[in-house]
Amino acid sequence: MIPIAAVNPVAKLGAGLIVSLFLIVTIDWVSATTALVLELVIIAFMGIEPKRFWLRTLPVWIAAPLTALTILLYGRYEGEVYFEFLLISISDGSIELALATFLRVLAIGLPAVVLFISIDPTDFADGLAQRLRFPDRFVLGALAAVRMVGLFLEDWRSLELARRARGVADRGRLRRLAGQAFALLVLSIRRGSKLSIAMEARGFGGSQQRTWARESRWGAAEWLTLLVGLLVGITATVVAVLTGSWNLIVN
Amino acid sequence: MRGLDLRIEPGERVLLLGESGAGKSTFLHALAGVVGDDEGESEGSLLVDGQHPAAMRGRTGLVIQDPDSQVILERVGDDVAFGCENLGVPRDEIWQRVRHSLDQIGLDVALDRSTSALSGGQKQRLALAGVLAMQPGLIVLDEPTANLDPAGVTEVRDAVIRVAEATGATIVVVEHRVSVWSDVVDRVVVLAAGGGVIADGAPADVLSRQGKELAARGVWIPEFPPPHPERRTRGEQHTLLTAERLAFGRAKTALGAPFDREILSSQALAITGPNGAGKSTLALTLGGLLAPVDGAVVASPALAAGAGEHPIRWKSRELLTRIGTVFQDPEHQFLTSTVRAELEVGPRALKLSTAEMSDRVDELLTRLRLDKLAEANPFTLSGGEKRRLSVATALATRPQVLVLDEPTFGQDSRTWSELLALLARLVDDGSSVIAVSHDLEFVDALADSTVVLE
Repeated sequence: MIPIAAVNPVAKLGAGLIVSLFLIVTIDWVSATTALVLELVIIAFMGIEPKRFWLRTLPVWIAAPLTALTILLYGRYEGEVYFEFLLISISDGSIELALATFLRVLAIGLPAVVLFISIDPTDFADGLAQRLRFPDRFVLGALAAVRMVGLFLEDWRSLELARRARGVADRGRLRRLAGQAFALLVLSIRRGSKLSIAMEARGFGGSQQRTWARESRWGAAEWLTLLVGLLVGITATVVAVLTGSWNLIVN
Repeated sequence: MRGLDLRIEPGERVLLLGESGAGKSTFLHALAGVVGDDEGESEGSLLVDGQHPAAMRGRTGLVIQDPDSQVILERVGDDVAFGCENLGVPRDEIWQRVRHSLDQIGLDVALDRSTSALSGGQKQRLALAGVLAMQPGLIVLDEPTANLDPAGVTEVRDAVIRVAEATGATIVVVEHRVSVWSDVVDRVVVLAAGGGVIADGAPADVLSRQGKELAARGVWIPEFPPPHPERRTRGEQHTLLTAERLAFGRAKTALGAPFDREILSSQALAITGPNGAGKSTLALTLGGLLAPVDGAVVASPALAAGAGEHPIRWKSRELLTRIGTVFQDPEHQFLTSTVRAELEVGPRALKLSTAEMSDRVDELLTRLRLDKLAEANPFTLSGGEKRRLSVATALATRPQVLVLDEPTFGQDSRTWSELLALLARLVDDGSSVIAVSHDLEFVDALADSTVVLE
């Protein structure tokens, strides 16, 4: 089993980006299929609980056919035409392009989601700041904000119930939601300013050079992760070029 | 606040008192160096260890009232380490300090424990540990126990004392409830509302000389407890709501065992129990706002008055005259930009005549001492004023059942006794009051019947 959870999040992000780079310069079904097959083999060895896998990747499984459908109906007009109605046309060209797009969304989306479900926000922030030298203030501010999301959800729920209790929840749903969203914004700004006082009081944002309690490790596993991403991308490209289906998207 | 002359010696433990609006919080924030130069005006000077407070950040630690707003990171150990990191402490030393601080404040949980899984009292002690790890010379605490249940109050107080004794740090604490701190501080300073110091000295001295006046201004003084209302004899009681084999919860899972209860008119029912037992959830379920997980909340024909027997299926407008709910956080309930408009929301939804509406609103404004604030924005009110307004908005539609979630949380003694008197009168006049509360004194004074959730 591949212990992917222990790998530095920055490396996971990098691997995902590398694969996507190889896949977005071309639009053909061979490269996408090759990448997808390799990825599925790797994912199978990651030991993700099947239920969790399907649940988290569900959006990708929904997005891929929807994107493909759009391309099928409005895509490249080429070869034999099977159906035509106003702007809609289904032809050999659009079928091929739709299939390529379907596979491509899966090949880019699935690894991205799978790599990200194992990312801990704190480790990710450590990686961004210590490895990629992102500014401390930005990274830690964002990290603290992420932690508040749970509070926002509770606030939203309370706001909703409170509107029912105040007798204004029967009509004007759109207007009410807008008002509620505004109230949430006000509440979150207040929470945010209290949090920033708490952070400042603990010396955050001072001129002192900051140290890091947790080291963001970078070693063989991280290089290997990047290398796997690179290999998947290269293999997909080579196979596509050899079969003659590789086509640079700018053409 | 202006014209304050005060000198605090190293190692002193000072309790700072004064009525709301005397500027106590602002003063503490200034001490901690977190009031920016662009936030308001200042005159005179404030020095910590002979220096500008902002230069001393890290030498002064601040703990504030709201437990949720001062947890910074996701894991306990990281949160305690945060201050040390900012001060540039080397990594190995950080973790020594983290363990030592957690030991001292007695928070015995794993370093990778999620901070959101902690109770209110634990979160406050966590904040204290984070401050302690910076090895401050001065610790300032702004109502650190106001939002906690009785167990949490003791936890936090004892942790502060342990820290003070172990480190010799100077302590300045602001709190309405004097009894929590009076035995453990060695100096009490009373600030005047306009500025300056009213009294300053040993706790026993100051409290015996100034106690009565302080109590009248809303400070909790054990020797001068707020008055309890006289209760009148009540009329005949009848059933308004019945909980039948009621299971309640936020998700699909029920909290606790099925629950049977009759809610009567002219009755005050208190719901108590530790944090996380589901008190608020039960209250919201009885209030017709959350659907029961199982069983039912059934309204009597007298209460339903044609609206069907399940409050959860009532229209929002139908709830108004039947069951009113006052949320724990008043800000969740505010809908408009003035106090008067806020009070008009309910009557307007009921389509009352303009004359009737302004009668009711004016009466409530006077009764709850909000008349001078009629044009103010609800969000700018003080904690006590917000609480009074949120209760008033529910009363404006005269519901037969009033549900309140922690109505006395963080309130000064004046608002506390006003609320108590108001609710007692409602009950004596035939309404039913259901109150979730940690506040034992409040429950004692008001409740006819108590549900304890485990």
